Amino acid sequence: MSELTNLTIADARAKLAKGEISAVELTEAHILAMEAARGLNAFVTETPELALERAREADAAQQKGEAGLLSGIPLGIKDLFATEGVRTTASSKILENFVPPYESTISANLKKAGAVMLGKTSLDEFAMGSSNMTSAFGPVISPWKRKSNSNAQLVPGGSSGGSASAVSARIAMGATGTDTGGSIRQPASFCGIVGFKPTYGRCSRWGTIAFASSLDQAGPMTRTVKDAALMLQAMAGHDPKDSTSANIAVPDFAAAMTGDIRGLKIGIPKEYRPDGLSAEISKLWDDGIEMLKAAGATPVEISLPHTKYALATYYIVAPAECSSNLARYDGVRYGMRVEGKTLDELYAKTRAAGFGQEVRRRILIGTYVLSAGYYDAYYTKAQKVRALIAEDFRKAFETVDAILTPTAPSAAFGLGETNDDPVAMWLNDVFTVPASLAGLPGISVPTGLSSEGLPLGLQLLGRPFDEETVLKVAGVLESAAGFKATPNGVEI
Amino acid sequence: MSLDKDTVKKLATLARLDLPEAELTHLAGELSNIMQFVEQLGEVNTDGVAPMTSVAHMTLPRRKDEVTDGGYPERVLANAPDAMDGFYTVPKVVE
Repeated sequence: MSELTNLTIADARAKLAKGEISAVELTEAHILAMEAARGLNAFVTETPELALERAREADAAQQKGEAGLLSGIPLGIKDLFATEGVRTTASSKILENFVPPYESTISANLKKAGAVMLGKTSLDEFAMGSSNMTSAFGPVISPWKRKSNSNAQLVPGGSSGGSASAVSARIAMGATGTDTGGSIRQPASFCGIVGFKPTYGRCSRWGTIAFASSLDQAGPMTRTVKDAALMLQAMAGHDPKDSTSANIAVPDFAAAMTGDIRGLKIGIPKEYRPDGLSAEISKLWDDGIEMLKAAGATPVEISLPHTKYALATYYIVAPAECSSNLARYDGVRYGMRVEGKTLDELYAKTRAAGFGQEVRRRILIGTYVLSAGYYDAYYTKAQKVRALIAEDFRKAFETVDAILTPTAPSAAFGLGETNDDPVAMWLNDVFTVPASLAGLPGISVPTGLSSEGLPLGLQLLGRPFDEETVLKVAGVLESAAGFKATPNGVEI
Repeated sequence: MSLDKDTVKKLATLARLDLPEAELTHLAGELSNIMQFVEQLGEVNTDGVAPMTSVAHMTLPRRKDEVTDGGYPERVLANAPDAMDGFYTVPKVVE
């Protein structure tokens, strides 16, 4: 833990530009932090040599006055983004030895902006999970501890758990995440950091290992809203290689954070306060509403009537797309292979050995809901309900500018504290899934602590491609909440 | 909707997953629970609702039908578990 690892990206940029610190110094401090915190298991692959090489390049660029937006900033890259020449596993055994011969657009954009890659961060296998416990390389541990029991190991959330843990523990200044049903926002809430899923189409999906293509979206995970704006700036943009990438201009995200939200209407959806919502989360939300009100915004109660059907819809659509996407792992072209006497036997043995339990389960559900005779009853029905969920939001945004909700229904839970019921695990995503289905931008901002001293986040949602309003309100919420808590072992 | 072991076995065959008998029984219970959970969508009136097909409401872009990439078979085959003479290999499929 050094002063350097505690800087925000914005502050580090200023110090690098003034020559007060070098990118190599900054990177070395983070490499030391990464080595010291190996117990968190946040990285699948560390790339310290590559990081130092990029840091030297960043210093040279700074000298020449050619520094990019993120020049010399050490980042973690979720191990779902293909990185040329660096093993990319999706935290799955089936890709244990996969070394991509190409670079994903997101990691290429960050590289072009001068960012330094520290390594590949762990995730739930193929991004399927909310705890990071389904990784084939072991669970990731959160740096946070409960007040009452500092021995219990807590999950960082998922699927971008390695990224969340690394950013929270001051191993990386920021990290990439991907969000399919909450995989950026929920771990950000669990680890007390900012996680921003932009609008579907804002960031290219090219070279990102696919889970559910109509939902997957990359975004930044950072310690401040401003840093999220800076990182998104480097990541976003049209990419002809992704046909769903939006061909629209990328605004100056950081400039949108004016601090002035007077007159904005903030929707408070009544369906997000179910009977079972904990008093702690309810209070956190009420406090957030008061903060925005004090800053001059107007809270407006809204209704999103199809909210309660979002999880069921998601758990048809996402597995359906996953079963199609994961058909490519066949033991022939890349990845693991288990020999068989026939081609079918080779496929079946390879896939049974290479995929973990949660992935196998989702492939089977997807196969079922897409199979002849059930397609209309399940998949088409779910896509219709999905249209209604999106319509709920569209109507709400006729009257409000942003929507405020809790990010997750609880603080982080402990490893092994959950039962085996997959449906119970899915409830973690109850507040994040609806916006995913509608493709909307959503950010989680840490605003408070649980009675056990664990971070809790609030979520802000916005209109499609209106990341600017989301960031503007998030910046105000962040200032008002003044979240300063740090995890164990981190002092500021 | 309850799924029995035989149905799960059929799904596993369709999905090319060679699963042991014991796991099939376990999965039948789990998948049944999941399908019961999603049954609630039946309550929603979706008459006249068009299924969502595009999240971002945009027309898919078109480009000229021409080769834009390629010419490096060795890179394409670099991750193949068993490549030979510039080809992928599989068990014999033609008798």
